[in-house]
Amino acid sequence: MTTPAAHVSEMGESALLIQSGGPMSLDVQRLYWALDRSCRDLPGVTETVLGVHSLLLRFDPRAEVAETAARLPELWSETRPAEGEGRLVEIPVHYGGAGGEDLAELAACHDLGIDEVVALHSAPTYTVFALGSQPGFPYLGGLDPRLATPRRSSPRQRVEEGSVVIGGEQAGVIARTSPSGWHIIGATRVSLFDHARDEPALLQPGDQLRFSVEEVSA
Amino acid sequence: MIRILTPGLGATVQDLGRSGLANIGVGRSGAMDRRALRVANALLGNAEEAAGLEITLGGFSFEALEPVAIALAGADTGATLDGRPLPRWWARTLLPGQVLRMGHSRTGMRGYIAVSGGLDVPEVLGSRATDAKGGFGGHDGRALKTGDILTTAAEVTGSRALDFGLSPRAWPDLWADGSGETEVRFVPAMEWADHDDETRALFCATGWTIEPASNRIGYRLDGPEMVPTIRRELLSHGILPGTIQLPPSGRPVIQMLDANTVGGYPKLGVVIDADLPLLAQATLGSTLRFREISAAEARAARRGEDDLISAVRRATSHQRKG
Repeated sequence: MTTPAAHVSEMGESALLIQSGGPMSLDVQRLYWALDRSCRDLPGVTETVLGVHSLLLRFDPRAEVAETAARLPELWSETRPAEGEGRLVEIPVHYGGAGGEDLAELAACHDLGIDEVVALHSAPTYTVFALGSQPGFPYLGGLDPRLATPRRSSPRQRVEEGSVVIGGEQAGVIARTSPSGWHIIGATRVSLFDHARDEPALLQPGDQLRFSVEEVSA
Repeated sequence: MIRILTPGLGATVQDLGRSGLANIGVGRSGAMDRRALRVANALLGNAEEAAGLEITLGGFSFEALEPVAIALAGADTGATLDGRPLPRWWARTLLPGQVLRMGHSRTGMRGYIAVSGGLDVPEVLGSRATDAKGGFGGHDGRALKTGDILTTAAEVTGSRALDFGLSPRAWPDLWADGSGETEVRFVPAMEWADHDDETRALFCATGWTIEPASNRIGYRLDGPEMVPTIRRELLSHGILPGTIQLPPSGRPVIQMLDANTVGGYPKLGVVIDADLPLLAQATLGSTLRFREISAAEARAARRGEDDLISAVRRATSHQRKG
């Protein structure tokens, strides 16, 4: 694979953003996972924030950002994809019912049966591209394009933690009860984030995820 | 110990926030007006990271259950102690049974109260700040309610009672208010380049109105529609408090301390850290203007904030020791 173009820009007084365009690609994301690892050791870097095809670098406010900004394009061109697979995490899902209220409507909108939606959603191995938006929330790649569904025209004010959701071309699991415009097709009892755990976030970028069928309700 | 009598519209325990956890989706949280919280802690000789109270729009009161040294900072809330006015930017020792009240602020948005030694709430993920979205940190991860009891980390011993503060004559910057028009400085970001000279000039010339739906998560601005020359669909990327986004509506949104760690809208720029306190105090419905500066100038402004806090500590140290 040829390394795609990446643009470096300032994010305020002491941060840099390096980003590439879409569409979402695991090959491109592997480069950003590798870049993340090499950037953590750069002088003055205090924190790195992975996005989808992007990396935000925060610097000590006393550090000189310009030198790193100048070096980043070269570092990017030398970056090789991160190798290996992350852990495989299984998420048992109760599809439909009270905890998956949009399942029937989503199936109807794609002209699919409920069982077909469940089969298509639980078949792939998804990859955690990055975490963000809310504590522990994974940006997942790997949704079957037949299930891609535009977000609701107006978001719900309250979507429960553990809701298994689809928004656009992405699958997700709501990690903290919050407003959301994604479609709710099921629920899991697995907790994606617990501040009291040694590792608060269940998933890490690069991890793989499978949804298993615990129960299907009409 | 203090007992909350009326919590107002939203009072939370905050410190200077969390860092290093955005990679797992945990945001910064912390005081919106960090300058005010830092001054309050400086008045009491507290550590920089001591936790205090952030009170939004006043309407807050508490009772001291034991002797407690406090410092008031931030917006002018017409605070009173047992009905007698207490000046802004003031340190005072309260006796058991005394009641401190904050009225409804007219010229700012957020008042702060530091207590001697800081509020004694558990440190969660490296900070005592309330993370409202995550439901952790601060006092049980939530805004304060009537009857909540908070303990202070340091007891007031027999030394002399505190009763001093920072005068408007000596500290004019602190006494300025945010009721009219607020100017904040920003460093341009990636998609600033997607706008022609005219649109960029419009952004800086406009007096933007802060919409009532603005809060700790973000500020929505009303004004002319900003039309980019190129419309981009961006993938989700890391953002910071202060990030000025431009959604398809063409009206900017500024992400604040409880914002998401990632976003997908184009970015016009980032409000500099030294000016986030001005945003924190800019009243809903008031006018906001933007001025473009360089990252180097922004870093100098941040050093200026540190110098201010050091000056407060130096100027008041003899009054703490008595």
